Amino acid sequence: MAPPADGRVRLETQRLTALYGRRAAVKDVSILFPTHTVTAVIGPSGCGKSTFLRCLNRMHELAEGGWVTGKVLLDGEDIYDRDVDPIQLRRRVGMVFQRPTPFPTMTIYDNVAAGLRVNGRRPRAQLDAAVETALRRAALWDEVKDRLRHSALALSGGQQQRLCVARALAPEPEVLLLDEPTASLDPTGTQRIEELCHELKARYTIVIVTHNLQQAARISDYTAFFYLGDLIELGRTEQLFTKPSKEQTEAYITGRFG
Amino acid sequence: MNARRLRRRLVNGTMTALVGALSFVAVLALVLILGHLVAKGASSLDWNFFTKNPVPTGETGGGVAHAIVGSGIIVGLAALIGLPIGIGTGLYLAEYGSGRLGWVVRFVADVLNGTPSIVVGIFVWTWLVRPMGHFSAFAGSVALAILMVPMIARTTEELVRLVPHSLREAALALGYPRWRTSLRIVARTALAGILTGCLVAVARIAGETAPLLFTALGNVNFNTHIGEPMEALSLQIFQYATGPFDEWHRLAWASALVLMGLVLVLAILARWVLRSRHGAAR
Repeated sequence: MAPPADGRVRLETQRLTALYGRRAAVKDVSILFPTHTVTAVIGPSGCGKSTFLRCLNRMHELAEGGWVTGKVLLDGEDIYDRDVDPIQLRRRVGMVFQRPTPFPTMTIYDNVAAGLRVNGRRPRAQLDAAVETALRRAALWDEVKDRLRHSALALSGGQQQRLCVARALAPEPEVLLLDEPTASLDPTGTQRIEELCHELKARYTIVIVTHNLQQAARISDYTAFFYLGDLIELGRTEQLFTKPSKEQTEAYITGRFG
Repeated sequence: MNARRLRRRLVNGTMTALVGALSFVAVLALVLILGHLVAKGASSLDWNFFTKNPVPTGETGGGVAHAIVGSGIIVGLAALIGLPIGIGTGLYLAEYGSGRLGWVVRFVADVLNGTPSIVVGIFVWTWLVRPMGHFSAFAGSVALAILMVPMIARTTEELVRLVPHSLREAALALGYPRWRTSLRIVARTALAGILTGCLVAVARIAGETAPLLFTALGNVNFNTHIGEPMEALSLQIFQYATGPFDEWHRLAWASALVLMGLVLVLAILARWVLRSRHGAAR
């Protein structure tokens, strides 16, 4: 599988296989993720795309029976190396989930600050600045700046999801993983998140799993099509959607299955 | 067709009435108990009852201040011992208890939950009172704590399990170590429920008599030293109610009313904690 080869590479998987016990959910996948790009991972339900994403911040190994073979290189360093602490790693690779998951006992401010506080105490002013920056980048600042001390549950679903983006951004990760971030949002909320992807890729490297093909086409630079755990095709998004090289890809994007 | 519909309606009506009647009986028990206690005990509740200690048999007047304070100390100390252990065990079971050890702990907790409280009393007598050589409030607290731990552990476990898995994942993905996820995110989210469980457990043990019989023993004098025998409301009721004097019976009813009131207050408090916490979270 020829990965796109332009720009610097932030993240790379080499023959990555993810297993649950003895069953492989992702098989032998090699992909390059260039810096400051958005890569969409598409495919029918159960094709292993979420599992693949979870291998990139070592969340997969927390699942019952989850383990991997192969390599995942972040800035050239294998994150599955013995010396790598998965907890430290997860601070460099942020993640946003399908459903908004604000911490219900925390205020808006505390939610955003959570990832920073867990990294050690820091001066109040520095924390304030980091929270503001994260909320601005998540395009939420103007809506919540007057109620930072309110419960995060007071926000709408779309706002909660952007709050989760802000929370993921606050520790200044290098890579942002989005696992169907708009699946539970209305069209307006979805649009906001998509716009956000455009703005955020200037700073981060984004990998987004999505069920929504239009979304993948709209926001990504590269698209990877998974089917039954195999990476079927990987390419520039416009090329994959207009001139797919594999028959299965074409069948999927034209809606013949999936 | 019509006959079938009629039959359904009939069955539906009968069953609804039956279930309604049964729940009425259940509520009736509480109403009768409360009503009876108020009728018999309320007239004896005055300032003296709460502030005075007992007077020698034969004289009228006097109160149960020593038992109220004693109950407070014994139950408070039991909570101090039992709550951390119970909550810790519950957290462990919910977060890490999927293995063999978890199964064993859960099983032991369930058995302990079903153990008659008098057996716990005898146990503590054997292992604490006898070696120490005398009865003490502390031994009573230990007995009550042993009763509390499995109750709290199991409710805590259930409530912690209710916290959505997605919250755990969100914290872990943010670089939270697992123990911090358990404490800062999961336990805090379940806190209102855990507190409610604790209050219910405290209410349950506040009325226990049997485990105190061979441990705290009881004391006719006012005592705040936990190394010595101490009176408790439940012991007081037992002693006064089985005694021969009308004055004692009067005080027993009043004590029972106070104890019942205490339990009710705790139950209401538990409800309130749950409601206000959930209300604030909306």
